Amino acid sequence: MSLLAFENVTLRFGGLVAVDNVSFHVGEGEVFALVGPNGAGKSTVFNLISRFYDPAEGDIRFADKPLLGLRPDQVPSLGIARTFQNIELFEQSTVLQNLLVGRQRHAKSNMLTEMLFTPSVREEEHRHREVVEEVIDFLELQAYRDKYIAGLPYGVRKIVELGRALATEPKLLLLDEPASGLSVEESQDMIFWIEDIKKQMGITVLMVEHDMNLVSAVCDRVLALADGKELAIGTPAEVQAHPEVIKAYLGTGEGKTK
Amino acid sequence: MRFVFKRSYNDDIGWFKHRTQAIYYMVLLAFVVALPWLLDDFFLGEATNVLIWAIVGMGLMLLTGHTGQVSLGHAAFMAVGCYANIIMMQRGVPFIVALPLSGLITGIVGAIVALPVLRLHGIYLAIATLAISVLAEDIIVIAEPFTGGVSGLVAPPIDLFGMQITRYGTPTAFYFITLIVVLAVLFAYRNLLRAPLGRAFAAIRDSEISAQAMGVNITATKAISFGLSCTATGLAGALLGHFAGAFNHETFNIVLSIQLLLMIVIGGLGSIHGAFFGAIVIGFLPQVIAIGRDVTSSLFGFGSLTIPGIEVGVFALILLVFILFEPMGIYGRWLKIRTYFELFPFYRKGMFKRQKSYLKTERTR
Ligand SMILES: Nc1ncnc2c1ncn2[C@@H]1O[C@H](COP(=O)(O)OP(=O)(O)OP(=O)(O)O)[C@@H](O)[C@H]1O
Ligand SMILES: [Mg+2]
Repeated sequence: MSLLAFENVTLRFGGLVAVDNVSFHVGEGEVFALVGPNGAGKSTVFNLISRFYDPAEGDIRFADKPLLGLRPDQVPSLGIARTFQNIELFEQSTVLQNLLVGRQRHAKSNMLTEMLFTPSVREEEHRHREVVEEVIDFLELQAYRDKYIAGLPYGVRKIVELGRALATEPKLLLLDEPASGLSVEESQDMIFWIEDIKKQMGITVLMVEHDMNLVSAVCDRVLALADGKELAIGTPAEVQAHPEVIKAYLGTGEGKTK
Repeated sequence: MRFVFKRSYNDDIGWFKHRTQAIYYMVLLAFVVALPWLLDDFFLGEATNVLIWAIVGMGLMLLTGHTGQVSLGHAAFMAVGCYANIIMMQRGVPFIVALPLSGLITGIVGAIVALPVLRLHGIYLAIATLAISVLAEDIIVIAEPFTGGVSGLVAPPIDLFGMQITRYGTPTAFYFITLIVVLAVLFAYRNLLRAPLGRAFAAIRDSEISAQAMGVNITATKAISFGLSCTATGLAGALLGHFAGAFNHETFNIVLSIQLLLMIVIGGLGSIHGAFFGAIVIGFLPQVIAIGRDVTSSLFGFGSLTIPGIEVGVFALILLVFILFEPMGIYGRWLKIRTYFELFPFYRKGMFKRQKSYLKTERTR
């Protein structure tokens, strides 16, 4: 059964067709990548799944539930978490606080109990903290726990954002260019983490990534897009060898592996 | 240098960072409780005034400092609380019921007003809330049967446990009523900040888009923030009514709205401390100006003439100085000094660079 169904979706920005009748399915437990040159519409696909944009046509379903009737803030409660291409962290908060915001969808307390900080709120805080500490251990963020985001280097922020998404305990994780801007070692770590996320945590991953090394290393299937249209779908090797894909990359003057 | 060793998650959840800090605050609390025996009636009145400012300061801090939503309309909500309280009391509701109710009413009014208004961002939000402030003045005048129109209302004495409490008659009792409200608001505020809702506020302030992606309902959360902010503001308004004794629409004019916002900016956005520091500045400023006037007139023989609007002018000047030289407010300055001593001799310049970009929700929403 496919976890995410993205069917015949079209989105226009004025005259520009950013996503043009695109369909794909992501199966449970799969690591699936969207690749394509700049402006292909990859991030737009993510924003459609996050419900930031309404498609003109098509249907998006998650675990057979329609997504299109939901508000953006209802999407995470289904078990979909994401990162952003241009890191969107809470700058004036610490790493710990950022990760705790990831627990928002699990919060059961209400305004009154929180103002009184009843024992049940305290207990819940402990549970949130335990989950967050597991994420911190997993991503080795211990040294940054109480640091403010605004003072952190780019690579660490990228990891914190991954951590915040993991803290939501998602079923589907959307990663928009997880390795962009990372050093070689950091990218290597990212590969291990994504593998662990898939194998140990059993989370399905949909990602956008330019780094074909990473894509080949961790992805089961790849969808190549260009100008909003599907070019090819298949294993990383198949897609990389596909003539349309090669043409699209050469056409924009970009190398096959960026 | 101080190293804080944490042994349990409770250490991070607690009200205080470490035991010494808890002791500081207990000493401060004892001092504040002892104040009526340390000050004469005049200065106790001034201290009460500062506490009232601090209540509304906390209210506005929650909204602007922690949720990132500017309001230039909070004088209107002080008015709602003030009039609601007195109007209820005039109709026989005892103070002990009327006070919390006036907070509640103001909170509900605030949350309802927030729903359309908080869709706006940045300067548009500021203008819309400013309009609320303007509108409120007119409504007070028009609603004469309830509000007494231009001539205003006179606050009846507070009838509590058989005592007749007024600001001048029983300054100590009035001080303690105010202090209890301060502590109650402080308690709720501090608790919220360490709970999911408080984190949702900060999330909205820093990035609406990713707050949403984490499951924060932006509209509802902003309305809650506005409502809670207005609850505190309404309580302060109700107390202000008793403090002033008599009031009319001019008590709650736009200048008050602006002063409120300036207060928390000067105090330091994004911290509860800032609300208190700002309240002290704004509360004592008229005294300082009066003293300054006396000094200049005795030295130079002029200045005994009162310059209209001098307070607002001085206030604007102080604000300008803060925005230029200390955008983090008094609390920020205090943090720097403290960190300097705690880390001595390892303090680096630029350690506090990060906090300069407050109120940027406009940019990264
Ligand atoms: N909010 C928007 N309004 C108008 N046009 C937009 C908007 N968002 C994206 N676009 C356009 O849609 C197209 C696809 O953008 P998108 O961000 O999805 O590309 P991408 O594949 O993620 O590229 P990159 O690799 O550069 O991140 C681009 O031409 C872009 O300019
Ligand atoms: Mg993109």
